[in-house]
Amino acid sequence: MNINLTLLFQVLFFAVFVWFSKKFVWTPVIGALDARKTGIADKLALAEKDRQSAEASRRDAQKAVEDARGEAAEIIRRAEQRGGELVDEAKTRARAEGERLVTAARGEIETEANKAREALRAEVGELAVAGARQILQREIDPKAHAELLAQLAAKLSAPAQAESRRS
Amino acid sequence: MASSGSITSGEFIRHHLTNLTYGRRADGSWGLAESGEEAADMGFMAVHVDSLAWSFGLGALFLWVFSRAARKAVAGVPGALQNFVEWVVEFIDENVRGSFTAKNDLVAPMALTIFCWIFLMNLMDLAPVEVVPRALGFAGVHFQKIVPSTDPNITFGLALSVFALMLYYSVKIKGPVGFAAELTMHPFEAKNPLVKILFILPNFFLEFVSLISKPISHSLRLFGNMYAGEMIFILISIMFYSGARLADITAGGVVMTLAGGLLQFIWAVFHILIITLQAFIFMVLTIVYMDMAHQRH
Repeated sequence: MNINLTLLFQVLFFAVFVWFSKKFVWTPVIGALDARKTGIADKLALAEKDRQSAEASRRDAQKAVEDARGEAAEIIRRAEQRGGELVDEAKTRARAEGERLVTAARGEIETEANKAREALRAEVGELAVAGARQILQREIDPKAHAELLAQLAAKLSAPAQAESRRS
Repeated sequence: MASSGSITSGEFIRHHLTNLTYGRRADGSWGLAESGEEAADMGFMAVHVDSLAWSFGLGALFLWVFSRAARKAVAGVPGALQNFVEWVVEFIDENVRGSFTAKNDLVAPMALTIFCWIFLMNLMDLAPVEVVPRALGFAGVHFQKIVPSTDPNITFGLALSVFALMLYYSVKIKGPVGFAAELTMHPFEAKNPLVKILFILPNFFLEFVSLISKPISHSLRLFGNMYAGEMIFILISIMFYSGARLADITAGGVVMTLAGGLLQFIWAVFHILIITLQAFIFMVLTIVYMDMAHQRH
């Protein structure tokens, strides 16, 4: 229990140690802790910002997809419409063409029928004349009775015409 | 010592409580004291070489480890040592923030130094009492107290340093007049100026005693706890060695040795709590005293 110079040395050590501890232990350690704290705060803020921007991009992307989908639907609608139009057009054209063909065929048939009728008429006229000539060989002069024969031929063609019209 | 066979328990205890003292001998020459009496006769002009060496060494060890970690401290992922140092620093910081309301950058590092330093000094108490002194005894060093906090010089040195800082900041923060008013205007207060003057003397008496008692209780609390703990370790070791000496004569010696060993273990486990608690109390009181010095009225 002797109080002596030891006490003063201890005071000296204390002063030196506290100074050293403040300068080389406390300040750097607290500095590192503070730096970490601000670093973490910064990173959290950054993460929050990133999250928000990601959210915005997601919304943009969704909007783009929706726009594209609408556009695609519009295109399909227009294409269907155009397709329908094309089909209608084709149908109309085909119908017209068919009608044209039918008309042409009918005209041709009529022409052929008329031609055949004319030929038949001429032949019938000649046969009739030839028949009559054989029956009336002696007294009938073809020149004096030509007018009579033409009237007969005209009468024959009238029923033939009615028959062709019916077909 | 116990092994010499001719030493009494009283001598054993006294030997363990004597510091290795360097000072001025009676004949005027300087040197190491040969006995406890000679050390006491040296008076004030002497130093306890063992206390100072252990005290300085432990303080330096603490600062070396901590400053090494602090120098390499990074804000990123800390290593194991940095993690430990940060844990201690944050623990101290929390305590300082809890008790110290003013702004002073010195208080927290001081609290850290006090806590770690005193903890390490107290920790020396857990080393078996005979080991280091006997090892040094073979090297020709006859006295050795390895627990600096069982030396009142060390605890008073710390407490008086804190007290000096407390007085310094009291005067600095409150001003000489404010500090004087704090010492003379409480606890008896009065509106009447005349009564106020009458109260100055009793107030000063009470406040002065309370002021002076601070460093004394501060240091004696630590010293007393550690000294008593050390004393019990010494008594337990007497039991252990006496038992060991009797072991080849009676069976009771074996029982005594085993009981001594067990007691040593139990007391050491309990002492872990005490050394930590005492270091913590010393630190908290330091913070509180510094806070009082910073209080304005």
